[in-house]
Amino acid sequence: MRNKQFLVALLTFLVCTSMAFAGTVSGKVTYTGTPAKPKPIDMSKEPTCAKQHATPVTTETVVTGANNSLENVVVYISAGANDEGQVPPQAVSYEQKGCQYIPHVLPMHVNQELKISNADQTSHNIHPIPKINREWNKSQPPGTPPISEKYDKAEFIPVKCNIHPWMHGWFVVLNTSHYDLSKGDGEFKLPNLPPGKYTITAWQEDYGTQTADVTITGNETKEVNFSFKAKAY
Amino acid sequence: MGKLFAITIVIIAVLSAIPVVMNYWGPPPDISTHGYAIDEQMHETMWEAGLSFLAAQFVLAFFVWSFAGKGKSDKLKDFPGGAKWLVIAALVFVGTEILALGAIGQKAWAAVYFAAPEKDALTIQSQAGQFAFYFRYPGPDGKFGTPHPDKIDEGNQNFFGLDPENDVDSRDDITAAELAVPVNRQVNLTMHSKDVGHSFYVRELRIQQDYVPGVDLAVHFTATVPGKYEIVCTQLCGLGHYNMKAYLSVLSQEDFDKWLKDHAAQ
Amino acid sequence: MSEAAAHHGPPTSFIGKYVFSLDHKIIGLQYYGLALVAVFIGMFLSWLMRFHLVWPNAAVPGLALLSKNGAPGGVITPEYYLSLLTMHGTLMVFFVLTNAPFAAFGNYFLPIQIGAEDMAFPKFNMMSFWTTFVAFIVLLAAFVVPDGPPISGWTAYAPLSAVGSDAGPGLGMGQNLWGISIAIFCIASLLGSLNFIATTLDLRAKGMTLMRMPICTWAWFITSCIALLAFAVLLPACLLLILDRVAGTSFFIPAGLMVNDKIQPHSGGSPLLWQHLFWFFGHPEVYIAILPAMGIVSHILINSMRKPLLSHKVVIASMLSIGFLSYMVWGHHMFLSGMNPFSALVFSFPTLMITIPATILTLIWLGSLYGSRLQITAASLFALGFISMFVSGGVSGFFLAQPSIDIYLHATYFVVGHFHLVMGVAAIFGIFAGTYFWMPKMTGHMMNETLGKVHFWMTFVGAYCIFMPFHYLGLAGNVRRYSSFVDDFMAPLLPVHKFITIAAFFTGAAQLIFLYNLIYSRFKGPAAPPNPWNCTSLEWTMPSPPPWNNFGGVHPVVYHDPYQYGVEGAKEDFIMQTSPEQVKTPVRS
Repeated sequence: MRNKQFLVALLTFLVCTSMAFAGTVSGKVTYTGTPAKPKPIDMSKEPTCAKQHATPVTTETVVTGANNSLENVVVYISAGANDEGQVPPQAVSYEQKGCQYIPHVLPMHVNQELKISNADQTSHNIHPIPKINREWNKSQPPGTPPISEKYDKAEFIPVKCNIHPWMHGWFVVLNTSHYDLSKGDGEFKLPNLPPGKYTITAWQEDYGTQTADVTITGNETKEVNFSFKAKAY
Repeated sequence: MGKLFAITIVIIAVLSAIPVVMNYWGPPPDISTHGYAIDEQMHETMWEAGLSFLAAQFVLAFFVWSFAGKGKSDKLKDFPGGAKWLVIAALVFVGTEILALGAIGQKAWAAVYFAAPEKDALTIQSQAGQFAFYFRYPGPDGKFGTPHPDKIDEGNQNFFGLDPENDVDSRDDITAAELAVPVNRQVNLTMHSKDVGHSFYVRELRIQQDYVPGVDLAVHFTATVPGKYEIVCTQLCGLGHYNMKAYLSVLSQEDFDKWLKDHAAQ
Repeated sequence: MSEAAAHHGPPTSFIGKYVFSLDHKIIGLQYYGLALVAVFIGMFLSWLMRFHLVWPNAAVPGLALLSKNGAPGGVITPEYYLSLLTMHGTLMVFFVLTNAPFAAFGNYFLPIQIGAEDMAFPKFNMMSFWTTFVAFIVLLAAFVVPDGPPISGWTAYAPLSAVGSDAGPGLGMGQNLWGISIAIFCIASLLGSLNFIATTLDLRAKGMTLMRMPICTWAWFITSCIALLAFAVLLPACLLLILDRVAGTSFFIPAGLMVNDKIQPHSGGSPLLWQHLFWFFGHPEVYIAILPAMGIVSHILINSMRKPLLSHKVVIASMLSIGFLSYMVWGHHMFLSGMNPFSALVFSFPTLMITIPATILTLIWLGSLYGSRLQITAASLFALGFISMFVSGGVSGFFLAQPSIDIYLHATYFVVGHFHLVMGVAAIFGIFAGTYFWMPKMTGHMMNETLGKVHFWMTFVGAYCIFMPFHYLGLAGNVRRYSSFVDDFMAPLLPVHKFITIAAFFTGAAQLIFLYNLIYSRFKGPAAPPNPWNCTSLEWTMPSPPPWNNFGGVHPVVYHDPYQYGVEGAKEDFIMQTSPEQVKTPVRS
């Protein structure tokens, strides 16, 4: 009887301490050099979208912020995370609004449900162009229900709209849920990392990838920064 | 019932003619230097075709009214002159029409297609691709950079596949989604298709020309009235064909220069 | 006169009598049945199209079951609209307008009208129907493949139709099935045309000279000559298209095409080559659609007027010149295609010239009405309606024949109005006229005249309400093949589209009356006498329906020209071609 109580107490202790031992990797993504200027997008062929933007939107291939920060960079654990089989139950959302893809870059877990909706008054035809996953494209007239899809292999998939050529985005299908998108100030955070050795990869759609290795021992926060060389064109 | 048929034909013929005569739905006003010849041709043809249409329907109605339901006691008669005069009438009437319209018509066609562009025509490149038109101006250096289909990156507005890193001529090229032209100046529009067949149609300009993949064509025109006009694709090119358009902005010379400067700065 | 190349005995089994029949009459009925199914499918597709144009975001109940991707939630997507458009055009032009006036009525009546026991090659004849049937099934299969039916129009211009599914949905397996189906259809048509020509030249009864053949027989004969050359060009064109799609050839695809972010691995081909091959077939095809109708209408009109046309020879000569000229004009579909602009003027000339024989025919029809004793029946109403529709559709062609005007009107609804009036209405009126006239002979039962007249009035008025406004839309600059009209230029024209859509539903409903009449009469209509219309040609010498060997083993002998109506001194107001009755002054032709 006493042995059983002791075992339960020990297990509880171990579980709690293992949870307590969850580290975080955080940092900033920046660039060096001079990036190309974002170009304004002329949506005049689609007046229902053009009128939603008081000033024209600009291209999102490279989105920069103050202090040379880079936004929309996917930072994720590329080695060492053991959650490949744990597919999150909730869906990720991709919206077509104002003839733009929101968000521009959408990371998701392999086999996680992807829900695509059309908030515009015009039809869109969403066309992701994968190399190893199954290629499909679907038209979505206004007011029709969201499209539900998923990808079963990790891949960086460019997404375009067949009807509106300026619409571009990315589906980033990863083997892990430990990912983040850098914000306007370049900051990213990867919490809830159990102790272990990890490789962190940062991916920017134009500037490529950078990697860094990090080891988590307890519940510390490790800082990892990434710096990309900007391209003039 | 023959009489009912005759009345119906007359009503249909008259009702059909009314919208044309009253010009309820007609071509928009012409803004080009060559279009007047096309409009005259259409006008001529409308008179001839319209009168032939009305005459034939009325004669059909009249004869059915007169001869439907006649019985065995009524004597059969032949049209005076028989077939011979009808054949002669057809040959003479239609033959003259063909010669007249053919002779006049070739002038209107020649103005668009047989005249070479003027030496000081403004050359603008246009590219049609599923499902938008994009236009390119050479920029201050007056030279167009080389397009590379494999470098096309639409998400980054590089619709022509330019390579500014390595191709100096392309660095100042202006790519735009609208076709801005100065008024009263001839424009030589080169036409390139990125993928499949498309067509360039501006109703007011009285210009329509297919883009042929693999063949770079050109069409020239002079716009005479400032304003904003639709350029629509008229060659079935895929699912977005209905949504493939751009705008032609005819601007005064100063507005056009300002437009060029604004776009060069982007 | 010779015997049928394969003189066949009476059918012995159910399959031999009704399914794999060698009897040209059964084959004609089979073609008619196929065309009937095709026309109702095609009409249903056009309803969906008209619905979508006016209510683009509305759901069609149940449509999501037919195509989950094409109509999510029942709302027609832009690509599905184009699929409907493509299949509508393909079904109507090939399986209705080539099948019904030519293959159906021609197969049934050409051998009889020339006094033959059957076609020259009955086995080929049976094969040509069943090959057409296979083509039909292959085409319909495009509706159920995952990527959907093709979206490149019945004209299937390259490179859109040739590069494959990179160019968008509906251009995958569906387009392959289209190419295969049409290629099979071509083979069937070639077999059929050979049969018609051999039969006409070789199996005419004693006394049946070429000039004694009825006008409809001439029309079928001329049509089969046109069809032989035309389909012989379309067949290789379809094969080349399929090769480009599946075998990596580049007949129609030039180098450097960047389709949907993928560089196409082809080079050296020409999109214009497809257009030339297609329209070299496509223009004669529209005359294949209209000539039999002209022949049928002439035949019925003469019978209804109790008086022949003003000149039999001129009518035949006009039809022959139309057939001949039809091969010289294909470039008028390509004025703006990028081919040498000088060639536009060259093609424009014979295009305008075709107006001459067409005008001669119209004037002769009109002139013959003068002084006649016109009997009004459902058949003759459709024949008269044909003249009205043919004039209306013909005059709009006059605009399009001129390249400078075509600069403005090309690819607008003006073109769509033009070809629908001549093909989609006038040719169909020829089919209706033929149906009301010949169904008693083919089934042994009279059709209901009152329902026939109601059908005529609703269709006549309805068709004008649909297609006349298309011309106004075209003049205003309304572009064709758009799945919806989303821009400011088009907004003022939407009420016209609404009017047209409502007229289309109304006219479509009228066809249900026709269908009811057809089916009901087949079973319950009053028995048809051998010659209910007091007509002169050979089909009316036999019982209704005719026996399996037409003339009962007896070779008919022909004594008279085909249209001896109102002959002075004759016993009645008409003399049948096989009647031995002598007359001093026959009606001259």
